[in-house]
Amino acid sequence: MNWQLLPQFTISGLLAGGPIALMALGLVLIFKSSYIFNFAQGQLLLLGTLLTWWLAVGLALPLWLAIVIALAASAVLGLLIERLTLRPMTGQPLLSIILMTLALGQFLQGMALLLFGGTQRNFPQMFSAANPYKIVTPFIYNERNIQIILKQNLVWSFVVAILGVVLIAAFFRFTRTGLAMRGASEDHELAQSIGLRINRIFGISWAMAGVVATVGGVLLATSSGLDLNISLLVLTAFPAVLLGGLESIPGVIVGGLIIGLSQGLVSASTVQFIRNSAEIMPYVVLMIVLLIRPEGLFGLKRIERI
Amino acid sequence: MTLLRPAGEFDESYASDMATIRRPWQWVALGLFLAAIYLLPSYASQNTIALVNRIAISVIAVQGLNLLTGYTGQISLGQAAFMTVGGYTSALLMIHMEWSLFVTLPLSALAAGVVGLIFGLPSLRVKGFYLTMSTLAAQFIIPWFTRNAFPDLLNGAQGLNVPVPVLFGVAINSPQRFLYLTITILIITTVVASNAARSRLGRAFVSIRDNDLAAELLGVNLYKYKLQAFFLASVYAGIAGALSAHYLRHINSESFGLADSIILLGMLIVGGLGTNLGPFLGAALVEFLIELATLAGPFLGKIAPSTAAGAVQALRPLFFGAALMLFLIFEPKGLAHRWQLIKAAWRLRPFSH
Repeated sequence: MNWQLLPQFTISGLLAGGPIALMALGLVLIFKSSYIFNFAQGQLLLLGTLLTWWLAVGLALPLWLAIVIALAASAVLGLLIERLTLRPMTGQPLLSIILMTLALGQFLQGMALLLFGGTQRNFPQMFSAANPYKIVTPFIYNERNIQIILKQNLVWSFVVAILGVVLIAAFFRFTRTGLAMRGASEDHELAQSIGLRINRIFGISWAMAGVVATVGGVLLATSSGLDLNISLLVLTAFPAVLLGGLESIPGVIVGGLIIGLSQGLVSASTVQFIRNSAEIMPYVVLMIVLLIRPEGLFGLKRIERI
Repeated sequence: MTLLRPAGEFDESYASDMATIRRPWQWVALGLFLAAIYLLPSYASQNTIALVNRIAISVIAVQGLNLLTGYTGQISLGQAAFMTVGGYTSALLMIHMEWSLFVTLPLSALAAGVVGLIFGLPSLRVKGFYLTMSTLAAQFIIPWFTRNAFPDLLNGAQGLNVPVPVLFGVAINSPQRFLYLTITILIITTVVASNAARSRLGRAFVSIRDNDLAAELLGVNLYKYKLQAFFLASVYAGIAGALSAHYLRHINSESFGLADSIILLGMLIVGGLGTNLGPFLGAALVEFLIELATLAGPFLGKIAPSTAAGAVQALRPLFFGAALMLFLIFEPKGLAHRWQLIKAAWRLRPFSH
């Protein structure tokens, strides 16, 4: 363990957990309302971010306008996906639905590559890269206080991400639509029978998932640039979702932070092999969760009957 | 799926009741088909032979997945990762021990099987979607391991150059010669898979798929059979991976990725879950589609030059994703089911039912 770098990696790991939590939120949104785990979330994120890039750089619109248009477009994309591909699958077995989202992911990935090409792009910077925040910690190493240097985009991504999660949690808690969506998640047929429009609820949750994906994508792209592999980053959010519990919105924050922290902690190691394991840490955590507590920290334990 | 048999066809002995191939003409048809495949090198082009090789290797991997996903109902997104294990094992044994393929192929199958068992362990506690996630973890952890562990042995991200296998003094160094090898192994795996599926093992698998709690109450040992399904599926993946590594003569951590696992599952769906014919039809159709994308890519590049660079890479997932989505919506039981319907319609002609 490299003690000098430990505080630095702990804090930046936790901050990196913010965007992970946001991506996990997109997955939970859809799962909560429709019991579909969306393996195409990464491609949704990719397309939304590429669209933002194209509007901001290709058409030279102001960045805020590009983001607003892209958010609207990804909401429409989410609606379209729900209507065209997942509505026909209602009532089909789990395998078909999982494969449908996987196929959708492949299709959208191919589409993104065909429309935008596979080159690495520079995303317009929203936060200045020149002046990182510095925090002086009380820990002393070699008779000097350890300093933590935090890039602005990392901090602000975290703030935006957590704000997003809190907003959506409030939406589920306090608005009529949000309550209807929570009700629908209990039992689809029961919800339908008391007059909740189940199709509309699925549509809304997909549209929201599209928006959340684009926000997450833009945040990631500002810190690490934009290429087609950004869709793979969502795969680190899958373990966060399972860790937090599939139905739980507070769970995604905790899950995201733990995943980010685990990646940060192994990065502080002095052994190269352990340092390299940062990329698979989410999956190691996932295996541990599955073996010890499959329903996650805040998820519902299901009782099965024949 | 012997639902419909012509009137007047009865089994008069246990042997004929158990036979897979019932009629003399079926033996003739099978013989002619195998002859046509084995004689491919004498009349088919290089491209066709390469395509048949790819299809045969995919069929082996999908047969394994069929036992796990089609019969036992455990969804696996890690089949390609177990192919990686098989490929590396066979390559390493041949490089360092200079053993023949006769030894390395079973050993690589065994190695993949054991690794498959490890990642199947969560099936003791979780099922359905959660289990899918654990196999997804395999798909990330195994390639990462080959990239980062034992750099002297596994050569990191560059991977290994795989030696040419020598059988009976003949170097299997061309697609033509490889064809004999893959088809022969495919025949063995097909016989094993179809017999496993209709024996006690296969019936236990199906009962777990249809209702695991009911199966357990009836005395089916869930853990034993689930782990056996994982083991068998990974053994098949190991064989397919080893063959593929020797065929392409190179293997690295990206040879078999998540996209390949998805494609294998897609082949299974397109072909038909839980049928012996499914893996063949699905693998053939999907490999044809991928071939089509490879051919159509440069063509698209000519029409719209801006897309030329990535056209082939873009069209493959595009075609595959679109085909799989269409199948899931319009033909969820796959091509094998359609084939059954066609056969039934033929037998009942001119009546509709």
